Amino acid sequence: MAQVELRDVVKKFGSTQVVHGTNLTIEDNEFIVLVGPSGCGKSTILRMIAGLESVSGGEIRIADKPINEVDPVDRNVAMVFQNYALYPHMTVFDNMAFSLKMAGDSKQEILRKVNEAAEILELSPYLNRKPAELSGGQRQRVAMGRAIVRQPSVFLFDEPLSNLDAQLRTQMRMELKKLHLKMKTTTIYVTHDQVEAMTLADKIVILKDGFIQQVGSPVEVFERPANRFVAGFIGNPPINMLPGVFHREGESSSVTMGALTLPVPEARNLQDNQRVLVGIRPDAIKAGDSVTRFPKEWRFTVDVVVAEILGGQSLLEFTAGKNTMIAELEGRILARQGESMELGFDLNRLLFFDPETELALY
Amino acid sequence: MRRRITPATIGLYLLLVLLAVAYLMPAYLTFVTALKFPADISLPQSWEFPKDVNYSSFSEAFALLKGNIANSVILVVAATLLSTVLGSLNGYVFSKWKFPGSEIIFTLFLFGMFIPYQVILIPLFQTLRAMNLYGGLPGLILAHVVYGLPITSLIFRNFYAQIPDSLMESATLDGARFFSIYTRIIFPLSIPGFVVTSLWQFTQIWNEFLWGICLTRHADNPITVGLAQLAGGQAVSWNLPMAGSILAALPVLLIYIVLGRYFIRGLLAGSVKE
Repeated sequence: MAQVELRDVVKKFGSTQVVHGTNLTIEDNEFIVLVGPSGCGKSTILRMIAGLESVSGGEIRIADKPINEVDPVDRNVAMVFQNYALYPHMTVFDNMAFSLKMAGDSKQEILRKVNEAAEILELSPYLNRKPAELSGGQRQRVAMGRAIVRQPSVFLFDEPLSNLDAQLRTQMRMELKKLHLKMKTTTIYVTHDQVEAMTLADKIVILKDGFIQQVGSPVEVFERPANRFVAGFIGNPPINMLPGVFHREGESSSVTMGALTLPVPEARNLQDNQRVLVGIRPDAIKAGDSVTRFPKEWRFTVDVVVAEILGGQSLLEFTAGKNTMIAELEGRILARQGESMELGFDLNRLLFFDPETELALY
Repeated sequence: MRRRITPATIGLYLLLVLLAVAYLMPAYLTFVTALKFPADISLPQSWEFPKDVNYSSFSEAFALLKGNIANSVILVVAATLLSTVLGSLNGYVFSKWKFPGSEIIFTLFLFGMFIPYQVILIPLFQTLRAMNLYGGLPGLILAHVVYGLPITSLIFRNFYAQIPDSLMESATLDGARFFSIYTRIIFPLSIPGFVVTSLWQFTQIWNEFLWGICLTRHADNPITVGLAQLAGGQAVSWNLPMAGSILAALPVLLIYIVLGRYFIRGLLAGSVKE
């Protein structure tokens, strides 16, 4: 149980700086996800917190104590690695008991703690097996078991699910979430997968090139992204991003993208004729019955390029006024190329970005 | 698919058989001579199989070489053990605890592999004398340990390079340090590495002659030197050195038969993704 605080944390490898003065507070019991493309510095930050990398500048504090110079083992953190890093010559029991043995716990104490963790993770039948005799999901659970037996104040996860197949990944993701609800330990989780970030996090930290782009709840970063990068990185299918020009005529305002003009309902702090990037989430576009709920001016006839049916949902690629966009629609859309179709745009959810600075304009 | 037998394949196999026979000829000669009585040994009949088989050559040769065999066993066991354990520690440092300049030091280490025994004989002799180790087994053991370190360090370094760093990091977070990581994680995973290096060192040291004869007194001579002395007199009973050669070759032969497959496996370890 501990708060983790990063104050102007810098990391340099030789002369290359990869983390540039990061400030971040992770509250007690919080599940925070660091997400970003590879090379964004997310793993480096995690490894600095673990003590596997030195801190080049700034300070990291756990439970209000500076830990820059504290040995990894004394930071009371536990880490789950991408490749699990199980000791191949030890049984599941010994793998989980290793840290306790190192700490000098008594035999009974070790037995009790390991059995308790094995119980939680449903690993009890496998305690005498070696890692090679386990499935991917079981190995993953052993890695987690090894972390929880220590009862650390902070859990660190470094892309723990990326070695699993898609189905198992979804299942383990839920188990992780449940585990956190049960244990309530401060958790810092690194991933490049925005779905994992959205589903697991209390708070998402989006990183790019060693800079924090935005910190916020999953809904916040989805609906109110701080910049173009966040808008594009979060959300699947990705946001439609189109260049346009903003117009203001008295009380009413609109935005023109090629041959398509959309009314802008909210009063925005934009100038007449200002060039903008317009972001439209694929799920902000509706078809079928839900179209009728939108005012007439929010409905548009578009040309279908291709429709993909994903079971209960469909992805529709279409053109509207020479702009190609993707919509994520409920139900099965049966449409052929070249067909016309009426779609409704939830224009309250329009996002605007400055084409130069790429910052969001609200 | 059946392979077609062409004149080329016949020619190839003929050549291989010829080479194999040529290669085995000395072994055959050694074997038949060892089984003869001294009186039956003569140049014209050297290829013939003995009429009366003399098994006592082996026991006689063993009696004569007993001391040398004991010396060689002590030498080989001590030197192999020390050079593999030290090589393993070196490999551990060179692969998992790199420090500024460690690559340069490792490269310098590797040069040691390419120095012939003869080149350093005189400095080695002087060094051992200065250390008061000349003439006995400990000096020879030390020489072989030092000389074995480049190859054992190299093999272990490459072997350990396949062990993921995350295992080390995980152990660090679990509270293990330099030596506890080695003894509890790295060493138990090193068996294939130890098999390869032990086999290599065992063979090298067991078969080594030059240092054996130059650096030890008579009483401490290893088997190779004892064998040479058996053949070195005026009137040689040739069955004895021949039987002695077979005795001397046995340990190396046996160890390859028993551990050979580990040797290949160890050398190839990690070359193929599991």
